[in-house]
Amino acid sequence: MTTGLISNIQNYSIHDGPGIRTTVFMKGCPLLCAWCHNPETQVFTPEIVWYKDKCMGCLTCIEACPKDALTAGKNGIKLDMEKCDRCGKCAEVCPTLAMERLGKEMTVEQLMKEVKKDEPFYEESHGGVTLSGGEPLSQDAFALEFLKACKERGYHTTVDTSGFVPQRVMEQVLPYVDLFLYDVKHLDNDQHEKYMRAPNEPILRNLRWLAEHHANIWIRVPLIPSVNDDPDHIRRVGELTRELGLKEIYLLPYHKMAQAKYKRLRLPYTLGFLEDPTEEEIAPLADILRKQGLNVHIGG
Amino acid sequence: MMIGESTTLRGMNDRIKQQRQASVSAIPTLSIERAVLETEAYKMYEGKVSIPVLRALTFKHICENKEICINDYELIVGERGPRPHAAPTYPELCCHTIEDFKVLDERDKIFFKNDEETRRIQEKVIIPYWRGRAIRDHIMAQMTPEWKDCYEAGIYTEFMEQRSPGHTVADGKIYKKGLLDFKADIKAVMDTIDYVHDLKAYDKAEELKAMDIACDAVMIWAKRYAEKAREMAETAPEPRKSELIKIAENCEWVPAHAPRTFYEALQMYFFIHLGVITELNTWDAYCPGKLDQHLYPFYKKEIEAGTLTREQAKEYLESWWVKFNNQPAPPKVGITLKESATYTDFCNINIGGVKPDGTDGVNDVSYLLLEVIEDMRILQPSTNVQISAKNPDKFLIEAGRVIREGMGFPSVFNTDAIIKELMRQGKSLEDARQGGTSGCVEVGAFGKEAYILTGYFNTVKVLEITLHNGVDPMTGKKIGLETGDPRDFKSMDDLMAAFEKQIAYFIDVDIRGNNVIEVLYAEKMPAPFLSVITDDCIKEAKDYNCGGARYNSRYIQFVGLGSITDCFSSIKKHVFDDKTMTMDHMLQVLDADFNGFEKERQIFLNKTPKYGNDDDAADDLIMGMFEIIYKLVNGRPTPIGGTYRVEMLPTTCHVYFGSVLGATPDGRKAGVALSEGISPVQGADKKGPTAVIKSAAKLDQLRTGGALLNQKLTPSILKGEEGLEHLKDLIRAYFRMDGHHIQFNVVDSNILRDAQKVPENYNDLIVRVAGYSDYFNNLTEELQNEIILRTEQTCF
Repeated sequence: MTTGLISNIQNYSIHDGPGIRTTVFMKGCPLLCAWCHNPETQVFTPEIVWYKDKCMGCLTCIEACPKDALTAGKNGIKLDMEKCDRCGKCAEVCPTLAMERLGKEMTVEQLMKEVKKDEPFYEESHGGVTLSGGEPLSQDAFALEFLKACKERGYHTTVDTSGFVPQRVMEQVLPYVDLFLYDVKHLDNDQHEKYMRAPNEPILRNLRWLAEHHANIWIRVPLIPSVNDDPDHIRRVGELTRELGLKEIYLLPYHKMAQAKYKRLRLPYTLGFLEDPTEEEIAPLADILRKQGLNVHIGG
Repeated sequence: MMIGESTTLRGMNDRIKQQRQASVSAIPTLSIERAVLETEAYKMYEGKVSIPVLRALTFKHICENKEICINDYELIVGERGPRPHAAPTYPELCCHTIEDFKVLDERDKIFFKNDEETRRIQEKVIIPYWRGRAIRDHIMAQMTPEWKDCYEAGIYTEFMEQRSPGHTVADGKIYKKGLLDFKADIKAVMDTIDYVHDLKAYDKAEELKAMDIACDAVMIWAKRYAEKAREMAETAPEPRKSELIKIAENCEWVPAHAPRTFYEALQMYFFIHLGVITELNTWDAYCPGKLDQHLYPFYKKEIEAGTLTREQAKEYLESWWVKFNNQPAPPKVGITLKESATYTDFCNINIGGVKPDGTDGVNDVSYLLLEVIEDMRILQPSTNVQISAKNPDKFLIEAGRVIREGMGFPSVFNTDAIIKELMRQGKSLEDARQGGTSGCVEVGAFGKEAYILTGYFNTVKVLEITLHNGVDPMTGKKIGLETGDPRDFKSMDDLMAAFEKQIAYFIDVDIRGNNVIEVLYAEKMPAPFLSVITDDCIKEAKDYNCGGARYNSRYIQFVGLGSITDCFSSIKKHVFDDKTMTMDHMLQVLDADFNGFEKERQIFLNKTPKYGNDDDAADDLIMGMFEIIYKLVNGRPTPIGGTYRVEMLPTTCHVYFGSVLGATPDGRKAGVALSEGISPVQGADKKGPTAVIKSAAKLDQLRTGGALLNQKLTPSILKGEEGLEHLKDLIRAYFRMDGHHIQFNVVDSNILRDAQKVPENYNDLIVRVAGYSDYFNNLTEELQNEIILRTEQTCF
């Protein structure tokens, strides 16, 4: 039985495709975007995190750890990453949810049982299920099986993808995907490698392939000040969108609400100096795209 | 302008602004006027005439002598008190002590200012006559020690100890008939009384006589308004002079005759409304019911004839609107205040739904009313939209646009479910379609049903007593049955069996009291005027309070469903399923109010399946709980021929019921509010609104007379047209699953917290409480905290 590593299931998602949706966040991503607002979905394995503000200091987790990986220190609970095998016993017993295991292995059947709960809302709102992440298509076998199961129930399916997967994966899932939310982060490869730690060539190639095969695609551009928000770059993204015969484009303004997550994950956050773009800064960029004949949406 | 071609008219005009401002800035006071007139009348008539005629003559004496008040700017007239916000007392029901008056005068919230002279009259005139005669005194004298123990312990509240039964709503007949026509109907029945063979002939004749006098009373009152308006017109400058003459003309025509115009129709309703709430202090005042459908024929005719513009119609409506706000709920004290701590008198207007023939009932007046709600931002009247699958999405979207403003108005009801609920209770299809909801969420056949709420019932308190083998741990007094030491329970079934025995006992004690109270009202407090306008009281020559209505329901409103479900879930999981805690330890933890046991409390809070997350482990328990209640209450007969049924709503009683409880197995500390309606425990729903709706829909709401579901949303979730579209879909999906009602608080918790800190900056902040909205500043601190705690579903 194929299992997927799920980071979170979000009900009443209203910004990840049409209608009311249930969004399944899969864990693990081949890119390493500096502004990623779901850093807990970057690594392909479960992780243990500790929330200092929730901890009541009962030390139940320390007793429960079979590997003796936890100790109580001056600054709270300390996790020895060498000893820890991410079994999650500590999270199981923690009364205050201060200890959390990120990532849950689920079979397609288990996941279907969860998303099925919101079926009445999909039907009423013409919504459905969105696979997001992380990069959901990195767990390709699981994603394929799950998308097939969704289509069997008649759900509208959306995949929120970075596009950074082998073309073979796109070929496999295309028949079961009603809509791709496709990120275009940077058209210049050197910039892409700098901020995403990966080349953009496979992304653009897959995008072209999907468009040629009549996939339904909404382009999404995370708008990162000083990285990809100069008018010329936006114009080029618009041109590409139009050239591929696509209409819908979303500008997702940068925000640093995820900064706290980085801290908990013991990860550095390198963009703390950036300011959230203002409406006045976004408006002219949206205008450029509108003039190119595209339907522009802000946020999402 | 043609019908259906609606332009929106946002914003009040200057007249309405002035009228509204005068209403919202008026200081609530207590008026002794009615009590004095009531006492005079009783001294004149009591013992000389039958009880119904005594009541009618008393009502007439009040209408003949009370001060007539016409306020500046208003286009619709009529005040229950001598001034706006001057609330009368009803000593025949509740004879306040001087101490009560002082409390009413001095308390911080829901005060009614009263002066030395008022207190002197109360002491010298009112108390000497009414002490021992008031219904409240009779009730307290008749109740058994067991009933009193339970009442004092907070097992239940009693609605009728300070206010009379009412809980009913107007249908369309008052727009087709004037009081002269009703008098003709009364005479026709009177003429057919068979004094030889009908053994009830005397009772019937007296009741009909009383109804006839009651009609005269309201006509006299209206005529006095006409005279006052003409008198004021003599010295008033134009344009007020012409307005006053028009007001006089209206009052000379209605309520004696059926209204001919939109304007007259509004004045007609208001006289009827005042009549009902002056005759007695009926719970939930009185309601106009399906206002858009009642007004539409007038509106359509006049718009088409060019004698009325949409702007004028809106001005009349808004002027009428303020009149409701001028009439606060009558002063309440003690437990009755705790269960309903608000100035709101629960007049609740239905908009939308279906017509008697089952077709879409939404019309241009429906949309006009939505605009009025948005303009007025005022406490009273409450409003709701009735949503059938037949109503257009546009209507629900427009309602959502008003909901998004954050006042909690309008609340949203499922018309198709309501019709099923009413028909399950035995109403005809046509009567069911003409029905709707009033008060908070209660269903009724408008104009034809007495659907009386008898009191709230504290389900969680019963569990607490079960866990203490019949003893109330707050007082150490044994008030329940001995159902065994819970430490000896071997399984969840043992616990449930004990709980069921206890709750059956307490329901019996409650109902035994209710039955006595029902008879006390039937014998001592007939309501002839309310009877005139409620079918089939005239036809049967029987009073509203004696079972004269076509349908008679009596409700017990169960409180804390979410809380008790989570309590059961916690005991089941930790004590019986996982066996990680003994019952002994659980009881020790609860009795200590978690002091020294914070870890256990956290486990209860975080490691227990909770209602509201679409998790069958918890939701199965609420379904089981519902079956127990339903089986024990539904279908039991009442003395006057009614039927007991269940409802699930709290008003503000979840706060009071929480205050009489120690710590509970759901992790709730002693004294904290319970969950309200069928909403999840505050903060326990962690999976968003779809999961809450799925959980709530598992309850078979069609077998209730109303179940209240509250949802708090942040403004961001309703942003833009898409936000409204999603809200509409969310509601439609709930209603497809037979959900009865849903209401929304759309306000940031941060704003509420700030309002607690700097209340003077938020004088206009209206929030949804239970089945009604209130000014945030008028709420007790406990209730404010409770609302802040309710989980806020945010934008993802």
